[in-house]
Amino acid sequence: MPVLGGSDGRPPAIELRGVSKSFGTVKANDDVTLVVEAGTIHGIVGENGAGKSTLMNVLYGLHQADTGDILINGETVVIHSSADSIAKGIGMVHQHFMLVPNFSVLDNVMLGSEGGMLLKKGRNETLEVLDRLEAEYDMSVDHDSNVGDQPVGRQQRVEILKALRSGARILILDEPTGVLTPQEADSLFRMLATLKDSGVTILLITHKLTEIMAITDSVSIMRQGTMVAHRQTADTSPQELAELMVGRKVLLQVDRGISTPGDTYLSVSGLGCQSRKGARVLTDISFDVRSGEILGVAGVAGNGQSELLEAIAGMRAPNDGSITILGKKITGQSTTDPEKMRTLKLAHIPEDRHKHGLILGFEARENSILGYHNTALGGTGRLFDRTAVTRHCEALMATYDVRPPDPALPAKSFSGGNQQKLVIAREMDAAPKVLVVGQPTRGVDIGAIEFIHKQLIALRDAGCAILLVSVELEEIIGLSDRIVVMNNGRQVGIIDRDEADERTLGLMMAGIAKGEAA
Amino acid sequence: MSDFAFQLLLTFDATLRLATPLILCAMAGIFSERSGVIDISLEGKMLASAFAAAAVASLAGSPWLGVLAAIGVSVILALVHGFACITHRGNQVVSGLAINILASGLTVTVGIALFRQGGQTPPLASAERFRPIQWWFADGLDKVPVAGAIYRELISGHNELVYIALATVPISAFVLYKTRFGLRLRAVGEMPKAVDCAGISVNWLRYRAVIIAGVLCGLAGAYLSTGQGAGFVREMSAGKGYIALAAVIFGKWRPVYALLACLMFGFLEAGASRLQGIDLPLIGEVPVQLVLALPYIMTVLLLAGFIGRASPPAAIGEPYVK
Amino acid sequence: MSAVPPLPKWADIFLLPVINLLAAFVVCGLIVLAIGENPLTALGVMVKGAFVYPGSLGYTLYYTTNFIFTGLAVAVAFHAMMFNIGGEGQAYIGGLGAGLASLWLAPFLPALLVLPLAVAGAALFGATWGFVPGYLQARRGSHIVITTIMFNFIAASIMVWLLAGPLIQAGQMSPQTPKFEASGQLPSFQALVGVFGFDTASSPLNMSFLIALAALFAVWVLIWRTRLGYEIRTVGQNPDAAHYAGINVPRVIIITLAISGALAGLMATNEVLGVQHRVVLNFTAGYGFTGIAVALMGRNHPVGIFLASLLFGALYQGGAELDFEFQSITREMVLLIQGMIILFSGALAYMFNPPLARLIAALTRKREAAHV
Repeated sequence: MPVLGGSDGRPPAIELRGVSKSFGTVKANDDVTLVVEAGTIHGIVGENGAGKSTLMNVLYGLHQADTGDILINGETVVIHSSADSIAKGIGMVHQHFMLVPNFSVLDNVMLGSEGGMLLKKGRNETLEVLDRLEAEYDMSVDHDSNVGDQPVGRQQRVEILKALRSGARILILDEPTGVLTPQEADSLFRMLATLKDSGVTILLITHKLTEIMAITDSVSIMRQGTMVAHRQTADTSPQELAELMVGRKVLLQVDRGISTPGDTYLSVSGLGCQSRKGARVLTDISFDVRSGEILGVAGVAGNGQSELLEAIAGMRAPNDGSITILGKKITGQSTTDPEKMRTLKLAHIPEDRHKHGLILGFEARENSILGYHNTALGGTGRLFDRTAVTRHCEALMATYDVRPPDPALPAKSFSGGNQQKLVIAREMDAAPKVLVVGQPTRGVDIGAIEFIHKQLIALRDAGCAILLVSVELEEIIGLSDRIVVMNNGRQVGIIDRDEADERTLGLMMAGIAKGEAA
Repeated sequence: MSDFAFQLLLTFDATLRLATPLILCAMAGIFSERSGVIDISLEGKMLASAFAAAAVASLAGSPWLGVLAAIGVSVILALVHGFACITHRGNQVVSGLAINILASGLTVTVGIALFRQGGQTPPLASAERFRPIQWWFADGLDKVPVAGAIYRELISGHNELVYIALATVPISAFVLYKTRFGLRLRAVGEMPKAVDCAGISVNWLRYRAVIIAGVLCGLAGAYLSTGQGAGFVREMSAGKGYIALAAVIFGKWRPVYALLACLMFGFLEAGASRLQGIDLPLIGEVPVQLVLALPYIMTVLLLAGFIGRASPPAAIGEPYVK
Repeated sequence: MSAVPPLPKWADIFLLPVINLLAAFVVCGLIVLAIGENPLTALGVMVKGAFVYPGSLGYTLYYTTNFIFTGLAVAVAFHAMMFNIGGEGQAYIGGLGAGLASLWLAPFLPALLVLPLAVAGAALFGATWGFVPGYLQARRGSHIVITTIMFNFIAASIMVWLLAGPLIQAGQMSPQTPKFEASGQLPSFQALVGVFGFDTASSPLNMSFLIALAALFAVWVLIWRTRLGYEIRTVGQNPDAAHYAGINVPRVIIITLAISGALAGLMATNEVLGVQHRVVLNFTAGYGFTGIAVALMGRNHPVGIFLASLLFGALYQGGAELDFEFQSITREMVLLIQGMIILFSGALAYMFNPPLARLIAALTRKREAAHV
């Protein structure tokens, strides 16, 4: 029955047969089948929301499958909890590390495999094992320092060591490079290769095709909760994988017309920001956005785009440099606040509508004035004018096709697409001169995507200067007039839309400026 | 030995007696809060167990049976807290408050039903309560200057529960820092998800923590009514549970530091009564209320970061949802 | 466990609180039974004591007044997701504000001037005692629960010191201030309606009840009709979104706690200005904590808070009647009920939610099936 040849005659390390898992009415995994040969690196690719993480959580016991069988090393197993899966030799390196920040490395590695009631004996044992593992896989870590004080790459090593210490022979890595620098990612891949050589089976979940091509032996492709194809990596190409992931030849067709840029409305110069803990999150960012132009910001998630949006929207004070909106200059000395930015005719469609854009428990009409509640939209008197607010919301719903058009319905009762349309309606209706947009179509259905794209182009043509952040490269290429590429909090370069293709952008997103690549 | 030194010695002696329930409750608070469960119900558990200890000691004639009853009642309340906060993910402060108010109502209601003495238990006879233990030669060593007095007044002459309370501090520290259970307990209060992913049950860990808190509060309550006092009086916990909570915070959720905080708070209380109406040189008469309020004031200042910093376990107060 | 269907709104607002309340009463009833009394008889005595005997309604409404204030205080803070358990201390300090105003001004000024100032004093002092923990939470990161607990004790210490020292009535041993002059006393209800020629039974009910009703309305307007209320609710529901919207989150938290403290402080208008006519030791008598039960039961809405206050007012007044009728159960029974109510409608608020939702969903399906 095995199709993919296990050369050494070992049964597959992991086999899933017809696994399904639903959350409410959403089928996160639908009849998924997967065979992972022992001692190989197997990749699982898919777009965000394709069901990869759910599948891994099922395998690791954090969720229970509704139907289907799981076989580990050829034996059918029942996995009710992570304890069961650890006992079967499965270890997981989570996207957000499951480490206690103010515990030492040693204590973190020991947690769950303490080796007895008292820590003393287990501690010595763990130290020995750690020394051995570190020598074997060439990963050194300081045992006594707190995990929280270590760089991210080092924390990930601790997570891997922890899995190995608990006896894992199958290692699942969930988007492991999402938070790593390229150097850290390289060192991770070397580590994984060594692990593979010593017989560990590795399951790598990612949406980055370059990683799949670089280190996997075989790959499975997921789309909308189903497993659509399995390939030997040697026999496939990034193009084929991309098509399989997306499921259709997508050339995002946006009827974008010709842009006629005018005056500079938004100007960012030498912008730098630090996180609360003092880490640099933005360094020396400079660009202009003109009226009637969309400037796209491309980059792997977590490379400073969110911070850039927040800085321009007034949610985060700049440490260096300045932001100029319609001639008004904002520096670290000015007191920034999103409300003042709005009075400068700036609108902000946030990246995360649940975290920032909406109050899910509020009625739609209450949400329709969020950020504008001190303006005339809330009525002209001292008290709110509920009728005016309701009428405003009704108008927004009609213009932007928000369904159902019921202003009294709480925001949480709308679908993702309609929630997003409500946010977009609120921000666009303020007739902004400058619009900053983050992930405008995340988690939104196809119909709504098209509508939102049209609205963005229409606003551009009406003379608005738009800064568009998206992790969807197609969206960036499809909508932008120019594109700034970010890596590790810096801008790698700015290119015209006509020069931009996925390959060029991909290289730049990896931190290689245009022209540097041979 | 000068009179002042002797007075000081007596004050230390009183400090230890007053600090005993604080120490027990503080250790209880540390176990519960280190696991991520806020426990403002130290007060209620102590009050209810004080009643249980006195009632059973009075009815059965044995203080040790009283202690058992105290622990039993306190653990039941702790389980109510756990049921609400861990199983049903309820608000931990609300649950704690409910238990405190329940304890106030229950002790008096049951007390009246049992004894018809307005909510009190009958005064306990000597055999029904814990009596001070005189250590060997306590009187014989009296001749030895200073050390003899310290031995007789401070070290000897307390009841079993005082020594048990003192013993709980190193035991708690050992359990927290040297055992598997302690490692997991500290982890679950910081990052329950990491514990869950390591294949360990978050809920069961937290239940064990609140049960331990129950046992320790039970001892504290028993001490109040059958060790320090001779019977139960209404509201006899009188805010000590909250002072213990302050000591937990003041001790940065660590047993030894918390012990020191308890001793300091106990000393303030012991000193306050001796300061009443006395003019201190330079300062003049210090209002007793100010001295008594110092634990609360200092805790507020500490929490606000004006004197050092106390950062609670990261996951405290948050119910764990997978 | 399969997904739980959402609970219909009517069931969430009416049915669930009633079920939680019933659960609390059933458990208390079982305890009464265990003590050897008939819980239904006890309930009957309480109802009679609260509503039937002459003057009893006045007493019930007098307690209700206290609970409206302290309940509102907790509710306003809850809207910003702040748990103010310092109502007790804020009310106590509020009493100081009211008391000082009446003590100092009543000898010189007419009631028309003294009383508004005394009421304002109660609110202002209470607000201060809420403002400080609010400030420490918003700007220094101190946990509001712990700080307000500590502030209750600090307030108690201050008041004991003042009442036993600087403010004590000369020549008296009990720690209390002298009685206010007549112009420093809120008129009783009996006197108020007496003006219109009505004759009512004597009770401690006084004009502060009207202030409480006004406070209910004012809080409703504040929370649902003003921009500040909108900001308070936004901060409570989603502080990140509040920041996005340009709301100054720390500032809103501080203002909310000050308002909450002011409402708690106003409780003193009833006890200090309306009934005792002096500041006495422990006049707050745990009413601040009862406010938490009231807010939880009343779902932080003024209408709910009024109903819950009425319930607790009746419990307190009816509970006093237990002392006369029974040997073995007393007014402390009310504390038991209160604790159970906090437990069931607070900490275990959603315990009955999933089974109830399933039941309602099943019934609706059955009815729909019958229709087809």
